Amino acid sequence: MSSTASILEVRDLVTAFDGDAGRMTAVDGISFDVPRGKTLGIVGESGCGKSVTAFSITRLLPQPHGKILGGSIHFEGRDLVSLPLEEMQKIRGNDISMIFQEPMTALNPVQTVGRQLAEAILLHTECSKAEVLARSIDMMIKVRIPEPAQRLNEYPHQLSGGMRQRMMIAMALINKPKLLIADEPTTALDVTVQAQILELIADLQKEMGMSVVLITHDLGVIAQVCDEVAVMYAGRIVERANVHELFAKPRHAYTQGLLESIPRLDSKPKTLLKAIPGNVPGIADFKPGCRFAERSGRNHTAQQLNTRPPFIEISANHWVENCPICVA
Amino acid sequence: MSLLTVQNLQQYFPVRGGLLHRAVASCKAVDGVSFTLNSGETLGLVGESGCGKTTLGKAIVRLLKPTRGKIEFDGQDITHASIGALRPMRRHVQMIFQDPAESLNPRHTVRDILEEPFIVQKMGTKEERRKWVLDLLDKVGLSASATDRFPFEFSGGQRQRIGIARAIALKPKLIVCDEPVSALDVSVQSQVLNLLLDLQRDMGLSYLFIAHGLNVVKHMSDRVAVMYLGKIVELAPAEELYHNPRHAYTKALLDAIPIADPTKRRERQLLRGDVPSPINPPPGCAFGHRMKHPKWEQSVNMDLTLKEIAPGHFVQPCPCCT
Repeated sequence: MSSTASILEVRDLVTAFDGDAGRMTAVDGISFDVPRGKTLGIVGESGCGKSVTAFSITRLLPQPHGKILGGSIHFEGRDLVSLPLEEMQKIRGNDISMIFQEPMTALNPVQTVGRQLAEAILLHTECSKAEVLARSIDMMIKVRIPEPAQRLNEYPHQLSGGMRQRMMIAMALINKPKLLIADEPTTALDVTVQAQILELIADLQKEMGMSVVLITHDLGVIAQVCDEVAVMYAGRIVERANVHELFAKPRHAYTQGLLESIPRLDSKPKTLLKAIPGNVPGIADFKPGCRFAERSGRNHTAQQLNTRPPFIEISANHWVENCPICVA
Repeated sequence: MSLLTVQNLQQYFPVRGGLLHRAVASCKAVDGVSFTLNSGETLGLVGESGCGKTTLGKAIVRLLKPTRGKIEFDGQDITHASIGALRPMRRHVQMIFQDPAESLNPRHTVRDILEEPFIVQKMGTKEERRKWVLDLLDKVGLSASATDRFPFEFSGGQRQRIGIARAIALKPKLIVCDEPVSALDVSVQSQVLNLLLDLQRDMGLSYLFIAHGLNVVKHMSDRVAVMYLGKIVELAPAEELYHNPRHAYTKALLDAIPIADPTKRRERQLLRGDVPSPINPPPGCAFGHRMKHPKWEQSVNMDLTLKEIAPGHFVQPCPCCT
């Protein structure tokens, strides 16, 4: 894909944490593109490295333990990995914004939401108090917060979960970012509020022409709002394709297993589901070769367990970690 | 013959405030709920957070003292039974909690955890109990080597299996499952759901299955009750409820489920607003009030007891939502 079509190009990204038990590689050489104006979904289970990927892009890895060890993250042609911190701070919150899973922990509990929103504006632009207020209220109307002028003087605990998440979206979008990274933005919310928030993000995306990376564990959310999908497992992307292609023709055994294991509204009640055996591996148990081998129920050779399968384009724009046993 | 009958159950909590810490209002967490549950049946209970579904589950296993109403289990009125009088009943009614990390004592080994129900009920000798613990582990798909380990040594799915083993230890008749899989990874959820289905078949268990994931509830249940602000607004056989929802809230909930199929993207009728507080709830139909339905006022002075509109299909008869 050429750089004009993609706003973000991640190549062979490796992110690790240094701890007491040595170096743990949480993201182990992943590559993907975010097409301009589109939504890329990253789906995976706990510990698969999807949030670490997001924190790598925004360079918000916990310090001093988190490190990007290799690869590149090109945003509009510039490599974020090698960018000086000052330059990165100009981009973060301005061209690239992020929203987090739990708004109660992401918002400052002792400042009014209005002040936090103003901070986001003033960090990147100089403007008068009146302008800040006007822009704040304008943004709050956009994210459909009723009575915005009064809400500005409230503290996060005075807002409901859905309102807090709207507030965080307002903060993320106030500077009209080109790329929004949403890390499980609706996981803490009720299903009805989730639908509102997802629709809100999609509407604002259309209006502002931004690109979105949506990180979630929910295949339903992926199917409803994403254009492209990357499936992560144990620190690697095992499959990547257009959303229609991925749901219609999943090639990797893990993707297939995930899709088959979720209860569907049209399935017969009280019938056994096709379950993936075993548990999600912890970071200390990541193997060098095919990491899904243990749970695939299929025999792998010693070589397949010890050598990383190549990540190949198996059909047009459909990429897969090509373990000969797990990819049929 | 129904195993569990709940009649007009109310569970209020005092809201304290002021200088003397007096009750100044009440939080009507469960506000007049009636249903029955048959032997071997699963009743699903869905609703948004704060609708009272967990409180209802806790009231049924009598972890709470109900304010009003009646809970009859196996022909016995247990609504106001004392702790001592409840002990024999507790054998038959168990609970599985949402977060197994919080519901298992971190300082107890798996053996301690699984032996405790037998000790409380004064059952078996030490040797017998050890054998029963191994049987339990086998039943829930854990190996015997788990016995001397502590909960933190297990993954989320395995911990939930320990929680399930504890719940089935005394061969209960009813298990209240409160969000048993929502804290688990997607690929592990289906394992645990399958285990619950297997155990139900093998042991003839009844489940009250509480969850906010409607696709999960539909998959597990014979009948489903939809709760909104402390009240059941609709109750019907699972298939019927999903194919022919009658209450506006049920429709809205169904509409909000993200379907895992990109060819079925929908333009949604989105719900506005959040679930209102159960402290001083609005009179009449609470959902009609939230939606500012023009006919809501008519529901204020109406009898909103569930009406059977088709065999086994009950719905709150408010003019605004049905």
